[in-house]
Amino acid sequence: MRRLLIATLLVSAAAIGYEILLMRVLSIVQWHHFAYMIISLALLGYGASGTFIAVLRNRLEPRFELAFAGSALFFSISMVVCFILAQRVPFNALEIVWDSGQFLNLAVLYLAFFVPFFFAACCIGLAFTCRGSECSRIYFFDLFGAGLGAILVIALLFAVSPQTALVLLAVLPLLGSILVASMLAVRLPLGAAQFAWLLLLAVGVPQAHLELRISEYKGLAQALEVVDSRILNERSSPLGLITVVDSPFVPVRHAPGLSFGTRHIPPPQLAVFTDADGMSAITRFDGQPESVAYLGDMTAALPFALLEESAVLVLGAGAGADVLMALYHDASRIDAVELNPQMSELVADTYADFAGHIYDDRRVTVVTGEARSFVARRGGAYDVIQIGLLDSFGASGAGVQALNESYIYTVEALIDYIDNLAPGGFLAITRWIKMPPRDSVKLIATAIESLRQSGVSEPGRRIAMIRSWNTSTLLVKRGDITPTEIDRIKAFSRSRSFDTAWLPGMRAEDANRYNRLPRPYIHEAAVALLDDNAGDFLDRYKFYVEPATDDRPYFFHFFRWRTLPEVMTLRKAGGAGLIEWGYLVLVATLLQAAALGLGLILVPLALAKQAWPAGAGRNFGFYFLLLGLAFLFVEMAFIQKFTLFLGNPLYSVAVVLSGFLLFAGLGSAASERLARRLPWPAVSPVTVAVAAIVLLALLYVAVLPVVFDKSIGLTDTARIVLSLALIAPLAFFMGMPFPLGMKRVVRLAPGFVPWAWGINGFASVVSAVLATLLAIEFGFSVVIVIATSLYAVAAWDEAAIRSG
Amino acid sequence: MRALIVLAAMLAAPALADEPDYTAQRADLVDEVRVYAGYAGDDPFSDDVLATLGRVERHRFVPPGEVRYAYENRPLPIGHGQTISQPYIVALMTDLLEPNEDDVVLEVGTGSGYQAAVLAELVGHVYTIEIIEALATSAGERLQRLGYDNVTTRLGDGYYGWQEHAPFDSIIVTAAASHVPPPLIEQLKPGGRMVIPVGARFMTQLLLLLEKGNDGEVVTRQIGAVRFVPLTGEH
Repeated sequence: MRRLLIATLLVSAAAIGYEILLMRVLSIVQWHHFAYMIISLALLGYGASGTFIAVLRNRLEPRFELAFAGSALFFSISMVVCFILAQRVPFNALEIVWDSGQFLNLAVLYLAFFVPFFFAACCIGLAFTCRGSECSRIYFFDLFGAGLGAILVIALLFAVSPQTALVLLAVLPLLGSILVASMLAVRLPLGAAQFAWLLLLAVGVPQAHLELRISEYKGLAQALEVVDSRILNERSSPLGLITVVDSPFVPVRHAPGLSFGTRHIPPPQLAVFTDADGMSAITRFDGQPESVAYLGDMTAALPFALLEESAVLVLGAGAGADVLMALYHDASRIDAVELNPQMSELVADTYADFAGHIYDDRRVTVVTGEARSFVARRGGAYDVIQIGLLDSFGASGAGVQALNESYIYTVEALIDYIDNLAPGGFLAITRWIKMPPRDSVKLIATAIESLRQSGVSEPGRRIAMIRSWNTSTLLVKRGDITPTEIDRIKAFSRSRSFDTAWLPGMRAEDANRYNRLPRPYIHEAAVALLDDNAGDFLDRYKFYVEPATDDRPYFFHFFRWRTLPEVMTLRKAGGAGLIEWGYLVLVATLLQAAALGLGLILVPLALAKQAWPAGAGRNFGFYFLLLGLAFLFVEMAFIQKFTLFLGNPLYSVAVVLSGFLLFAGLGSAASERLARRLPWPAVSPVTVAVAAIVLLALLYVAVLPVVFDKSIGLTDTARIVLSLALIAPLAFFMGMPFPLGMKRVVRLAPGFVPWAWGINGFASVVSAVLATLLAIEFGFSVVIVIATSLYAVAAWDEAAIRSG
Repeated sequence: MRALIVLAAMLAAPALADEPDYTAQRADLVDEVRVYAGYAGDDPFSDDVLATLGRVERHRFVPPGEVRYAYENRPLPIGHGQTISQPYIVALMTDLLEPNEDDVVLEVGTGSGYQAAVLAELVGHVYTIEIIEALATSAGERLQRLGYDNVTTRLGDGYYGWQEHAPFDSIIVTAAASHVPPPLIEQLKPGGRMVIPVGARFMTQLLLLLEKGNDGEVVTRQIGAVRFVPLTGEH
């Protein structure tokens, strides 16, 4: 039994590791939102395994060890082979609006990645079905393995390339296969296959096959098409693949929002791509300010035109553009915060000569960390807090970031930033301008809401926004903007052909002079948002521009259903760029997962309905459906809640996800003991566990903001320990309902075990997608409240089964 | 000699006969583009621009696998991560440049050469620069083969324009740009117009029209490729 449990752990670790790895790789070769869809659908392999086992149960059960070892071997092989095959599918996400053939390519991708998850889930499902009496231990090793797998793959991605990580992960299920095969009496053919596959992995899968084939429409691929361009440097970590490209024949000149009245041309730059897209640039600096004088002619330079001397905080330093801008404007002190240390290292070390050693300047301090966390913990009195363009126009334009949580642009974030300004200081946020305007309008709405929540009665006096043809810069001042400053903003804008979108006391006719929109949209929006009827404007605007909050951190979500028909009819009249893809992809994922999942559950149900007593299927099916939905709702919502507190998305995934899985595993292991020692025989242990879950989850919704606020200043280690301590009791009880229910199924309707497994797997897929959709619409707190209701209904259902 | 020519003509005839006639499809495309023209602004496209769209053989500018879609109103891939623009967008960009038969036009980003061919039918001369060697070569050969003698192509960096042939009556920049290159504004004649499409491949989001006044003052207009007003619609 021990060998089987260890094999379960290995398979489970590899499955979650593979899932995280695929998300990473598909984000590099494709785009994040399609990666999300492809993997979500592939995870239906979990549900399908239940169907498969249920149908073939009578044949598989007598050959359990062989079936387990074979599935684990196939899992290992398909991890690599399907990865290679999928790379050869010519899927072009950008063309999907024009070419229906792309849907076929997408379906092939689903199928390719479905196979490995199917075999992985077969292993676990077989263990539950054939060794049901040990289900709480199996569930413990399953969850424990998943927790370890998440940590392992993140560690691997720091050390090796994604391709090498893939090969190393593929070894885990192979070891599991070998372990279980050793329990067989006759093992020659299987052993030979295991040995051959092990040999191939050890010798090395040819690198040419594993090489990542990046979409030719991503920025990196396009840059490499230019004559004489070449990759100078490539670094990979779980935070992203960073690629540095030099293009001597056609030099890179990245200067978003540069005035077309400028006399200054940017010097040659090195392009820096993150995940093969999202270009930023390291600018050559010879120490002579005039060589980078173009930096004074960008909208983002506005705050420096208003201050004589400035202590600057740059949030999201990236490749150093905003630091260089602050140095060019003689800032007295610059603190620069960057999440990805590999990015900072490029400027500070690898290309320090090229970049003019800007990070060695005594005025500059570079900190590795996340912006919100830095602001909340360090505090300070800055004259300028600068948030530049952190994303590319392409990504921003197509609305593909709608699914990405961002805590940078929320109401609470802006309150924090303003609190960290010195009196008279400016927060400056630069965004791309889209047509029709979205980001800029939402940003103004967010600033107004932040100021109002801080007790400012006339927020319009503290806000200014200027715009070029493709960027806007919002200023929020700590204090009222003075007449002198207004004059300076006007002069700065006029001399650079920028328009003022909002200034206290400005005239509407000044809003649309140099960069003419069909109407002065942003100015009109600012006027409407400052009016008492702002709510009416927000309701009527064709895109969703209500401020994002920490509970609904989707700044990039602009989608509105009622605008879709209009946009679709305009597709052929150049309206394709108006489609907000992220949200639509999410909805499409949910619909496909629900339809396919129902098919996987219901169709075979009709084929094998005699396998369990009448009524059991409906009751148990409902129970495991609810558990699958609720578990992931809670897990996903708390990952988000802790992301902000831990200050680093990697910590949050590693700590929260692993913590949840590990403690839930312990809960599973302890579930039988709870059932035995419960002093009230009339009360179901499931009811007790669910009561604890509901109480804890609702308590956390109420008190976590306060706990986080009080303890955000602790060290990284202390915050991780505190997070784990908070997660432990909740996850511990969440690990119980599944094995307790499974135990009952084993006793009352053993034929139903694989179904329970399949339904739970299907519900998990739907749950992950649905949780995101609900969070976008209602916020994470609502997701948690819904999850507690689902748990409560599950407990009620289980009580009904007991009494029935 | 005459016999040889006749023989050659006979040999060539089956090949010519085999090639489908796309005239009707082109006419349908022009009709579709004409219908959509009003979406960008109040004015319909000029008849000259639409007539040109009906003449230039788009199917000769797309890869063999895409020929069947050549007269659909959609962008198509041409390899190297590049696309041939949606015909509607080509018409709109061309119309915005207000071409005259004596104009000298600079194009930055030759791509397949289709936009250059459309312009060449309407203006005096088109100078076009491409940064991807394979595209520069194939587009140059294609334009020559199709008899566009008033198009000059070269491989190079479009950022600095083409000084020898400056100033230009109009400039069209089809390559992605984070800003308008100052040298291009310098090479634009007073009263000249520049058009830059903005957005991801396959998804042009808006067109930037830059106008240089006779006094040298520059203003831009964002031509939302759609007429999307009022933004605050009724419930």
